[in-house]
Amino acid sequence: MADTTNIGSLSRRAFLKSSGAAALLVGFALPGGSGSRAARAEAPLQVNAFLRIDTDGTVTILANHSEFGNGAYTIIPMLVAEELEVPWESIRLEAAPTRPEYYSPVFGEYLTAGSITVFSLWEPLRTAGAQAKAMLMDAAAAEWDVPPEQVTAQVGVVRAGDRQAGYGELVAVAQARNIPLRESVTLKTPADFTVLGRDRRRFEGRSKVTGEARFGIDIKLPGMLYASILRSPAYGGRPQSFEDSETLKVPGVVKAKAISNGVAVLATNYWSARKGRDALTVTWDEGPNTGLSSEGFFEEYRVLADKPGMLAEDIGDSLSVLAAVQKPLEAVYELPYLAHVTLEPMNATARVETDRCEIWSGTQYQSNDQERVAALLGLPQQAVTIHRPLMGGSFGRRSSKTADFTIEAVEVARGESVPVQVIWSREEDVRSGFYRPLFVHKLRGTVDDDGMPLAWHQTVVGQSIMQHTKHDPAYMVDGMDIYSLDGCLQEPFGVFSYGTSYAIPNHRVETHNPPKVGVAPQEWRSVGHSHTGVAYECFLDELAYAGGRDSFDVRQHLARGNARMSAVLAMLREKSDWDAPLPEGWGRGVAARVYSVTPIAQVAEVSTDDGNYRVERVVCVVDCGFAVNPLNIEAQLQGGIAMGLSAVAGEEIVLERGRILQSNYHDYPVLRLNQMPRIEVHIIDSQEVPTGVGEQALAPTAPAVLNALFAATGRRIRRLPIRHHGLQLS
Amino acid sequence: MIKFTVNGEAHSVEGDGTLPLLWYLRDIAGMTGTKYGCGAGLCGACTVHLDGEAVRSCVTSVAAAEGKAVTTIEGLAENADHPVQQAWAKHQVPQCGYCQPGQIMQAAALLAKTPSPDTDAIDGAMAGNLCRCGTYPRIKAAILDLAEPAS
Repeated sequence: MADTTNIGSLSRRAFLKSSGAAALLVGFALPGGSGSRAARAEAPLQVNAFLRIDTDGTVTILANHSEFGNGAYTIIPMLVAEELEVPWESIRLEAAPTRPEYYSPVFGEYLTAGSITVFSLWEPLRTAGAQAKAMLMDAAAAEWDVPPEQVTAQVGVVRAGDRQAGYGELVAVAQARNIPLRESVTLKTPADFTVLGRDRRRFEGRSKVTGEARFGIDIKLPGMLYASILRSPAYGGRPQSFEDSETLKVPGVVKAKAISNGVAVLATNYWSARKGRDALTVTWDEGPNTGLSSEGFFEEYRVLADKPGMLAEDIGDSLSVLAAVQKPLEAVYELPYLAHVTLEPMNATARVETDRCEIWSGTQYQSNDQERVAALLGLPQQAVTIHRPLMGGSFGRRSSKTADFTIEAVEVARGESVPVQVIWSREEDVRSGFYRPLFVHKLRGTVDDDGMPLAWHQTVVGQSIMQHTKHDPAYMVDGMDIYSLDGCLQEPFGVFSYGTSYAIPNHRVETHNPPKVGVAPQEWRSVGHSHTGVAYECFLDELAYAGGRDSFDVRQHLARGNARMSAVLAMLREKSDWDAPLPEGWGRGVAARVYSVTPIAQVAEVSTDDGNYRVERVVCVVDCGFAVNPLNIEAQLQGGIAMGLSAVAGEEIVLERGRILQSNYHDYPVLRLNQMPRIEVHIIDSQEVPTGVGEQALAPTAPAVLNALFAATGRRIRRLPIRHHGLQLS
Repeated sequence: MIKFTVNGEAHSVEGDGTLPLLWYLRDIAGMTGTKYGCGAGLCGACTVHLDGEAVRSCVTSVAAAEGKAVTTIEGLAENADHPVQQAWAKHQVPQCGYCQPGQIMQAAALLAKTPSPDTDAIDGAMAGNLCRCGTYPRIKAAILDLAEPAS
């Protein structure tokens, strides 16, 4: 076992003795908090697979969710602390090993995704905390021979009358007396919360201002080599042969080797590996994509959008209503590929031995990476250890279904006697990744005599993310990808238990899944909503104008049967000053979405000046149930709005003859500080089960901005990004 | 032999003077607080101070550092308690945190030169430091919090 002290925050490896399930107790301290790491000679109390209390009173949670900016490492100890009655910052976090007992009950895999971390941990972690506290209180009652109802617990201390004992002392008592775990415990109601519902600072926050936070790219192992990969200029190409004589002359370069999708140069530092890579001469088999271009896809999809597709929803009789209208309103919305461009470029470190493999990878999908690495190496799955460094953003990129960047590090490290770290250059990250698929939406609609939407017919065309993956059974319904349609349907569909919140009397939605060729489609923050939000909410705006109705009135009318969305919209109307006049050249736009159960709506306010526009203000109202950590909710909503604005204003990946034209932040522009609008966030006061906020805010931003631009300029932009229409965000 | 100091300590590099300071710091000096983001001076994640000036270490060669003082996030303040770091903690700026060492170094250089930046000055100085998580409102608030009242 190599020394792991050099990997910073994940440094001090704990090998814990335990009674029983010893395998569960090997963990890695995650950064943050102030929990002590005193040596423990006595057996800790293993409350369940996730929660352990040591005889010194240290509370440790084995966290099975990843931190990539989402706030998971803060929420997890908060949920336990609330019921266990310990200061939340005193809790230690360890990365739970990649084993089935730690898989997410929602996904059945070790995966952090879908903005459901809080929702999925809400009951289990509070219950674990309550059970642990009950066990310690029962131990005290038995030890002191007092009735259980006289026992109280606060701040890690159990009391009855004038007796008291710390949790640590009671660990031994509970075990000696064989105190059983109570199956049923009563959880606190929000009125009694002292930890939850308050602004809590990021658990690992300090390490992120000191420079100590260790991301995957910061992993340093003894003898480790760095690798840089030369990839095919055409997406999906493979190397046929290579010439490395110039490469091997570069000081620091150790060797070059072909892997399935490129040629890797290994060196003692990354810069040497890069220089060596740039000196390679490679003959490529450019693969199957060289005839493919974004424009070709748009043309093909526009044709498909005019043809009947698979029927996802047919409420009322849209076709007849529209056939009876002389000239229904019609529009086509076109949305390009998008890249995630996390600030930390993809990277992974692997040490491959004959009977096992260790991985340090910023993946949010540990069980998949483990499974695929094991299959590649012909090892049992548990012979593959996945370490969990912090991640420099994800936005969906790190839930790769092929485990691409992890697998690649294993391919490079295989056959080497030392660990190897593969670092992608930014250019590789932009050109060789996975993308929000390109979509075309065709919409037709009409209004009733009052100007309210009467019939809607939408055809959604774009490649499925889930089809032909192992998620196919869960996310495909009769050949339709529920993610492609998320945000278009009024009724629940497949495992998605929610609709748009709107009730248009005649509502028909069809879809085509064109063949999955070209660049690989992947989740991108808010997934389907990143394109359906634009098409749906902008066309709804078009219908509102066509009917001579106020855009906000139309949404409130359509959502009148949905109490939560109605409350969100009522608050938004007031907070955004929707009914107040604006200066000449300014405009307001509204959009309302339901993503993963959470209703959220925004008003964007833009000002325009010749070819420039500025998003002055975005007002956002969300109902995410009980607001567990308002500070993090606000941060997530700000971040979602920033990314939504970034995409609509400037982001676009263009495929031409199988090549991606963009390469770095100069030609794939992301939002800058000076372009950031003033953001006002309002959270509906609620005692309901908390639901997600990580992706939700992104969904309404793009359409709200587009609708505001229309209000300001009279121009409908239906092909993104906005910058192609002579309008620059300032 | 190229000589410079990093956080007050003497460093020397033999060989390739075109080696970017970023990779010297990360892979040779083993200081990983300075981050790689783009390699082309486009994102600001690698920002360090060279004689007090904020520079992009990914496009600054070690030869360009000859005789100069390099300051990284690790050396910004003795106990990592520089006012900017404190303000970043107070305003809970970081989300994923990856760009933040660069943001902090950029902000520290701004405030050293312009103790009372207005929002235009903040926009101007910070526009080159990208944050994909969208922490910009908090960055702005933290810097404004530090801005001395104009005299």
